Amino acid sequence: MPSLKDLKNRIDSVKSTQKITKAMQMVAAAKLRRAQDAAVAARPYAERMGKVLASLASVYEGQSGAPVLLAGTGKDQVHLLIVATGERGLAGGFNSSIARLARDHAAKLLSQGKTVKILTVGRKGNDILKRQYPNLIIDTISFREIKTIGFAQAALISEKVQALFAAGEFDVATLFFAKFNSVVSQVPTALQIIPARIEKIEGEGAAATSTVPYEYEPSEEAIVEDLLPRNISVQIFRALLENGASFYGAQMSAMDNATRNAGEMIGKLQLSYNRQRQAQITKELIEIISGAEAL
Amino acid sequence: MAEGLKIEIVSPERLVLSEVVTSVTVPGSEGYFTVMADHAPFMTTLRLGFITVTGLDGKAHVYFVRGGFADVSTEGLTILAEEASPFHEFDTGDLQAEIKAAEEELARAQTPDDKSYAQVLVSGLLNLAIEAGQINGTHIH
Repeated sequence: MPSLKDLKNRIDSVKSTQKITKAMQMVAAAKLRRAQDAAVAARPYAERMGKVLASLASVYEGQSGAPVLLAGTGKDQVHLLIVATGERGLAGGFNSSIARLARDHAAKLLSQGKTVKILTVGRKGNDILKRQYPNLIIDTISFREIKTIGFAQAALISEKVQALFAAGEFDVATLFFAKFNSVVSQVPTALQIIPARIEKIEGEGAAATSTVPYEYEPSEEAIVEDLLPRNISVQIFRALLENGASFYGAQMSAMDNATRNAGEMIGKLQLSYNRQRQAQITKELIEIISGAEAL
Repeated sequence: MAEGLKIEIVSPERLVLSEVVTSVTVPGSEGYFTVMADHAPFMTTLRLGFITVTGLDGKAHVYFVRGGFADVSTEGLTILAEEASPFHEFDTGDLQAEIKAAEEELARAQTPDDKSYAQVLVSGLLNLAIEAGQINGTHIH
């Protein structure tokens, strides 16, 4: 049986833990708002880019001579997995669920006899994947010092990836990140970025755009070639923003849970503390009364 | 044209402008061009420069853009720029620093490719500085 003092100490320690988790939850909530706003603000650009690219890419349909970023190298032997995770932990299953998806993907590719290379963005993913595939990680990018992710960071990753692609280091690139659905739901997602996956325009819009002759300056090919690298940057940027929002969402719900658990624990400890205190008082009273009776 | 031209300027970080206006002058990679309502579908890449938007009330607003492209379709004009901001957010001090950095790069450049790339960058930035000066002189924001 722990003494009263022990119980008191434990209650105090759980209380201070609860204060910390509570504060972290509130910080995460505030940051989540900002991250969510950023993700929403970036959406129009990505959407318009997709639309323009789709209408341009339809020109190459069924033709050879499409740029390699669009058509691919024609092989799919070497795969590059870009795994974007958070810089910090304490966010529930956020980092590990992304890493797990990437790991499963890598295991599947390896069992098919393909070569896998991994580029990690964010320290946590690197830590997790390093344990299992220490030799597959070719590079790691960390944004520890950067407070808010801007387009410049996405462009940096994009440049790195394109340089590797230009050097013939891989055939297919897939990006792993957590898609932000809501505060309680973040879905780990794999997105193929090279060769580019172009969504087809369907319905009436497709007919309308294809009948109007477009003029291009300088030339259609030049524009497509200018656009494809940009598209990769945009996709990465979007993934990073989604990731940012997901991270804070996951952290918020993890910390909310922790705060609630701490509350329950304090309740239980307080109960046994009170019982014991009462027992001690009763014991002392009995001692006094029986002492008085003996006289 | 009564209804005017729909213009959207979008940067990766945000939607900078979405409005119906009279005309827009855009720095295309092969020269400035002006778009008004019912322009033929047209697409071009952009160079560093300033977009002048003339609103329905006849007032002109200037936006700075860097890298990207313009898409004129039947729906209107969409400008996707890597960087876009209203002119009053544009910082000439930053520009001077950038010009200096570019000039240093030009001085360091070894291969002809690097040299011509740096040269284009320097002249583009210098041009921008001149244009910025002109806009400052003629426009009151």
